[in-house]
Amino acid sequence: MPEQLFFAAEVIMNGLMAGVLYALVALGFVLIYKASGIFNYSQGVMALFAAATLVGIMDGQVPFSHLINAILGTNVHHFGWHVPAVLAILMTMAVMVLLAWAVNRFVFKYLVNQEAIILFMATIGLAYFLEGTSDLMWGGQLKTLDVGLPQGMNATLDEVTFGMFGYGFFIDNLDIVASIVALILVVTLTVYSQYSKQGRALRAVADDHQAALSVGISLNFIWILVWSIAGFVALVAGIMWGAKSGVQFSLSLMALKALPVLMLGGFTSIPGAIVGGLIIGVGEKLFEFTLGGMMGGATENWFAYVLALIFLVFRPQGLFGEKIIERV
Amino acid sequence: MNDMSTEGYVTPDGRKIGGVMMEMKNITLRFGGVKAITDISFDIREGEIRAIIGPNGAGKSSMLNVISGFYVPQEGEVWFRGTKRPQMKPYQVAQQGIARTFQNIALFEGMSVLDNVMTGRLTHMKTGMIAQAIWKGKAEQEEVENREVVEKIIDFLEIQAIRKTPVARLPYGLKKRVELARALAAEPKLLLLDEPMAGMNVEEKEDMSRFILDVNDEFGTTIALIEHDMGVVMDLSDRVVVMDYGKKIGDGTPDEVRNNQAVIDAYLGVAHD
Ligand SMILES: Nc1ncnc2c1ncn2[C@@H]1O[C@H](COP(=O)(O)OP(=O)(O)O)[C@@H](O)[C@H]1O
Ligand SMILES: [Mg+2]
Repeated sequence: MPEQLFFAAEVIMNGLMAGVLYALVALGFVLIYKASGIFNYSQGVMALFAAATLVGIMDGQVPFSHLINAILGTNVHHFGWHVPAVLAILMTMAVMVLLAWAVNRFVFKYLVNQEAIILFMATIGLAYFLEGTSDLMWGGQLKTLDVGLPQGMNATLDEVTFGMFGYGFFIDNLDIVASIVALILVVTLTVYSQYSKQGRALRAVADDHQAALSVGISLNFIWILVWSIAGFVALVAGIMWGAKSGVQFSLSLMALKALPVLMLGGFTSIPGAIVGGLIIGVGEKLFEFTLGGMMGGATENWFAYVLALIFLVFRPQGLFGEKIIERV
Repeated sequence: MNDMSTEGYVTPDGRKIGGVMMEMKNITLRFGGVKAITDISFDIREGEIRAIIGPNGAGKSSMLNVISGFYVPQEGEVWFRGTKRPQMKPYQVAQQGIARTFQNIALFEGMSVLDNVMTGRLTHMKTGMIAQAIWKGKAEQEEVENREVVEKIIDFLEIQAIRKTPVARLPYGLKKRVELARALAAEPKLLLLDEPMAGMNVEEKEDMSRFILDVNDEFGTTIALIEHDMGVVMDLSDRVVVMDYGKKIGDGTPDEVRNNQAVIDAYLGVAHD
């Protein structure tokens, strides 16, 4: 019996770790949505793009090599160098800022004051465009991402818990790192948005465009900043997921898991994204563990959506979202 | 009053008004077929309280929006302190030292009064992203200085009691005052007020009038204000522009304007019968 209990505890721990990754993706959605009212469908593809770019840069791949070779009849694929992980991450971040600028300059600049559904459609287009660009730049094959993060079972934890309870907890090192990184990210973003000049401007824009303009805030600058931050979050999520299960198209699909997280946590709340992610992570693991057998297994595929649906019925604004009051 | 020298003039109550700060030259603004402003010229002088009055729909707010960069006129020029202003975005106008309030109040409803007023300091915050994020030395000192200015303005407008209150919970009259506080926090050279007293009761109107006069007197801020109510304008302003149906029908001291036949007609509705 205690064996079962320990096993459940382990399931919960692993659920929390998975939840952190969900929360990370959801965070990217919330940031853009809060500041600009855009529901960014392409957030997951941004993570894929960031991870593919990181791998490409580290391996010294020539971007667009297929295209270049086809046009020029050359046969270049590699620069023949390897870029250290830290430098490559910084370069990838620069690419994400460039992307933020381009998205704003060539798409959303022309869609100011459009309805939410139109902005949403634009991000769907962006998702496909970015997916294609990613393939064209770096190729569509499965890539392994290794930036030197520790992987595999945490032996210390296993030993310590075995010594204490006679039961060794199995937790992946990568999950522990991901949790710590996510925590740092959230604290940094919160402090930044609370106290910096840009953070203040960001909150102002999220609250009222007209008033923001009147106190001297450039909306264009804020949009680029917001998309850059979302790009940064996508990069972090891309690194964590990529290291865990490789860089491939399915990486962009994990973004769909962020949807139920957002329904639970509310589309406008940063704490909501985190708590929502954790609840879904733990919930789906625990559900699979307790009732999965009875329901024919693979409940993780749908549990999150059903939970979110139930939530929608009883609390449509999510756990932390602003209450929707109809003006009459 | 038309022969005022370029150096300025002295008001009946002894305040010294300087040269031209802002000059609007032949401004025309259209919305599709609607002409909101037709070929209007006037100036605003340093240290002056300048009023724009006229019936509803006359184009007063549109004029203020042209000055603050929210609307771009089809024709005409805007001159600021002796140079022609290129077409500017609202945030650039704000950075030039022109602050404003809105007829329909545009506050950050989700923030406290203090945070709202703090945003008025954004144009004065210089420190870069990294320093701000790390929150050290210069950034901290800057924050302290900005807080001092903000606290002074909060005291000045007598809203200490509601400093921490979320703006959404405030009654209309206080919101108007918070919006003024936010504009003042920018320490503007020119302050634009769009109907600062609309919808207020008599007591609130008196308070607001006193604040406007005190701002002009103590900080030397130049003020352009729109007001619907003739009486209030006559008490407050040094010079008045009168608009009707997008056209300028009068310009001068309150006394001159009061005795102008076109103005009397517009206000009594005679001209439009
Ligand atoms: N953004 C706008 N779009 C279309 N028409 C406008 C806009 N702003 C003002 N107008 C029109 O311009 C005219 C003047 O309006 P406004 O400047 O608000 O007048 P006032 O402030 O004197 O009451 C009105 O006919 C109004 O309908
Ligand atoms: Mg108006």
